[in-house]
Amino acid sequence: MADFLNTRVGAALKDAVLAAVVTLLLTSIMVGIKTKTEQGGLGIEGNWSLVAWMVLAVLVGRFAMSLLVWRGRNPVANAMQSILPKQETVGKIGKFVGPALLVFALTLPFYGNRYVIDMGILVLTYIMLGWGLNIVVGLAGLLDLGYVAFYAVGAYSYALFAQYFDLSFWVCLPLAGILASFWGMILGFPVLRLRGDYLAIVTLAFGEIIRVVLLNWYEFTGGPDGISRIPRPSFFGLEFERKGGFADFFGIPYDSMHRVIFLFYLILALALLTNFVTMRMRKLPIGRAWEALREDEIACRSLGINTTNTKLTAFALGAMFGGFAGAFFATRQGFISPESFTFMESAIILAIVVLGGLGSQLGVVVASIVMIGGFEVFRDLQDLRMLVFGLLMVVIMIWKPRGIISSRAPSVFLKEKKAVSGDFVAEGEG
Amino acid sequence: MEYFIQQLINGVTLGSIYGLIAIGYTMVYGIIGMINFAHGDIFMVGAFIALITLLAVVAMGITFLPLVLLIVLIVSMLMTSVWGWSVERIAYRPLRGSFRLAPLITAIGMSIVLQNFVQVVQGARVKPLPPQITGGITIMEKDGFLVQLSYMQILIIVTTVLLMAGFTMLINKTSLGRAQRACEQDQKMASLLGVNVDRTISLTFVMGAALASVAGVMFLLYYGVIDFYIGFLAGVKAFTAAVLGGIGSLPGAMLGGLLIGLIETFWSGYFSVEYKDVAAFSILAIVLIFMPSGLLGKPEVEKV
Amino acid sequence: MSSWKENPILTVEHLTMRFGGLVAVDDLSFEVGRSDITALIGPNGAGKTTVFNCVTGFYKPTEGRITMNRSNGQSYLLERIPDFQIAHHAKVARTFQNIRLFGGMTVLENLMIAQHNKLMKDSLFSIGGIFGISSFRKSEKASVKKATEWLERIDLIDRADDPAADLPYGDQRRLEIARAMCTNPELLCLDEPAAGLNPRETQDLNGLLRSIRELDKTAVLLIEHDMSMVMEISDHVVVLDYGVKISDGDAAFVQNDPHVIAAYLGVDDDEVDEAEAEAKVANAEGVKS
Repeated sequence: MADFLNTRVGAALKDAVLAAVVTLLLTSIMVGIKTKTEQGGLGIEGNWSLVAWMVLAVLVGRFAMSLLVWRGRNPVANAMQSILPKQETVGKIGKFVGPALLVFALTLPFYGNRYVIDMGILVLTYIMLGWGLNIVVGLAGLLDLGYVAFYAVGAYSYALFAQYFDLSFWVCLPLAGILASFWGMILGFPVLRLRGDYLAIVTLAFGEIIRVVLLNWYEFTGGPDGISRIPRPSFFGLEFERKGGFADFFGIPYDSMHRVIFLFYLILALALLTNFVTMRMRKLPIGRAWEALREDEIACRSLGINTTNTKLTAFALGAMFGGFAGAFFATRQGFISPESFTFMESAIILAIVVLGGLGSQLGVVVASIVMIGGFEVFRDLQDLRMLVFGLLMVVIMIWKPRGIISSRAPSVFLKEKKAVSGDFVAEGEG
Repeated sequence: MEYFIQQLINGVTLGSIYGLIAIGYTMVYGIIGMINFAHGDIFMVGAFIALITLLAVVAMGITFLPLVLLIVLIVSMLMTSVWGWSVERIAYRPLRGSFRLAPLITAIGMSIVLQNFVQVVQGARVKPLPPQITGGITIMEKDGFLVQLSYMQILIIVTTVLLMAGFTMLINKTSLGRAQRACEQDQKMASLLGVNVDRTISLTFVMGAALASVAGVMFLLYYGVIDFYIGFLAGVKAFTAAVLGGIGSLPGAMLGGLLIGLIETFWSGYFSVEYKDVAAFSILAIVLIFMPSGLLGKPEVEKV
Repeated sequence: MSSWKENPILTVEHLTMRFGGLVAVDDLSFEVGRSDITALIGPNGAGKTTVFNCVTGFYKPTEGRITMNRSNGQSYLLERIPDFQIAHHAKVARTFQNIRLFGGMTVLENLMIAQHNKLMKDSLFSIGGIFGISSFRKSEKASVKKATEWLERIDLIDRADDPAADLPYGDQRRLEIARAMCTNPELLCLDEPAAGLNPRETQDLNGLLRSIRELDKTAVLLIEHDMSMVMEISDHVVVLDYGVKISDGDAAFVQNDPHVIAAYLGVDDDEVDEAEAEAKVANAEGVKS
């Protein structure tokens, strides 16, 4: 018996049985007994067949996996690595993926249907948010768990300016960005001297504070009812209306798709602006200082870099793009409420940045497409899809702890531009 | 004055629940330096296991209340510990010694998984439970205003105090506690000296989960209603408590929990219920600005 | 003999640093000469790095005054200004005992970050930089040129585009010195620059430090345990023990000071005479901590 357990099959079997026992323990109560609402309170009913299936699935699955795929200490990573291309190949393909995706995005409205374009808008919104947060988390290495607050500030700025002062989207867009970055600085100034996880919890708290205020300041923000009938953006003053709008001006038949396509290009332009500014900043002294800050804050100070200001600019810039995205969100939805700005949103944006690979612009795009696009594709799964979403986050992270694209492109080079392997890049303490 | 005392009692009760959850955060942070975002949901799972066990035990015909509660408490602690252990095993252990943000993301992922798992298997509706422990002592009475200390509150406070005392003993006196403190200092050195680091970390998660499940039982009995979403807010509050007290410090977690509970109740009692979260979070921010390591945390000496 | 007293670039007066009950540095006064290489030596735990951290602003001293006299005549009281301004305005640069390079950035990038303040100004605080104004491009080019010159001096030009963390230990030490020099300091503080270097690398380092003093006109203050190196290149040696200065003078003076020998060999003060005799046997090479 002992000999058998030492063989590969035996060890796998033992492991599988152990896993099955744990599954049985986990599911026995949570799954095996289901609460149901009855007259006069809660009742229970047995659901043992599901438990049996789960235990069996784990037993067989784990046994098969240990025999066929898993080896070594980090089984998931090893298994995935044998299936997927290596980081160097990804880096080489990466050069072509960026432009290809851009061409794809630019031409999408010509062949996509309404559903696809709507999904494109959603994915692009997350790409923009991811790029904005990438400045803070990926470049400057500051862990921000309340990024959604700036998104909310942007959305509410536009909605409120439009409601109270009747300002148009194009006037409000910069205002939303400025206000969001202003809030970023107000928050940033006192808390940026905190380190690591203290910063994380304070930013999380700030996000929650903003949401609770929006929820309860009924007279001003409409509380949980939110703000509806937010004006739609115009195309250089031309509204997308049946009469006398965009279609009439260009002499083409009216189509409700025009506005959708316009919104698609609008968010694409905003996202590309974010990307352009970020890429540009990376090559400027301030961008280099952000990355240096992520690598070693003490060394930065020893070189005369004002770390507080450097952090503040990263925070304010990231917040500004969050604000832009928020204003876009408001005008696209036409309705906003605090529901849209929960911590889960922040967590998803952060997950996109980390899964994509900290500091990598392309990584954000890939992660957004996989996470948000995938999420929408599995719409039919309903409740299960959020479960799958969470599991996917876990699996990708274990597979690639440094994200899908982990190498870093240097901001300046002498002879040859060589990507820096992710293993050397620090993640920041702030 | 009477109103004040009543709020004080309510605050301490709430604070006890937060404190129990906060210990899980602070221990895990102390030993592997990560924010276990799924811990709030472990608390939620604990509350669900307690609810189901209670219903099952009653259905089996056991009605003697102390016995029922004891069974519920023990089953919930055991089963929730398995959940805590599994979460660590699946989502955190493969990332040991890796990128710092990676376990944070898997933790958020696990939190999503747990919430939705419970939603799928137990339904999204809120689960009401009629009060099991009723009655209480009237401490004071003035102009018709009664200051009440309910038996439930006594149970919560006494259980919390006992658990925390026992727990402090465990950490300070046993070899497990010593191993844990050694791992906090230096995992590599601890393993060289024969401490089983993996097992110590697993046990930390198990203990954290067990305490969270107790908080879950108390929450269920005290408020009488749970759903799959209670873990988030309780988790955030408890984490806030842990940070306020100084993350990594056990007395800090207890103190922080108590403070957050008191702040919330007093703010609700004297100002507005709606803004109680704002009050708790604002005080956290203010404390951190002046004491960047929390109230009882060790000040971080910047090594140059 | 004490030429550093005549034209000091750095004057430390009555410096005291306490951590809780522990007195790390106690009433320490010394000068660093403008054109000298000054060494701060002492047994482990003598408080040398604490002095460095006070000079460079990472610690705020409990008591005392640290004056930096720049060559343009301006004086700075270092205990009063934040660390990054000490590097920026008072022109004091430093390296660290445990090398602190930006490991995930390339060697060239490390040297560019050291020129941050100048580049920041020339990019009009990034606003001009975004639009790529020509004066910024020129300034960026000049910075690359300066970095290249330094890379040639420390013989790392071939590795300019490699991540700093990928360099061997000795190269990292030199890179850190070059990075500090790229801030155009007038005083360079080196915390154990020769630690972990082999004898050849130490010789190269000596050459580099001399060229920094002569070519760049930068004063050097260093902490070092390698006595042969200290005695070879230092113009002035200050010896600390338990936070107190026990000797101060040129290399030859310090080498023969009975207090120093006592501190290093760990004998009581009344045995100093005996130790003096011993020290004649053990030459400078042999006296290591």
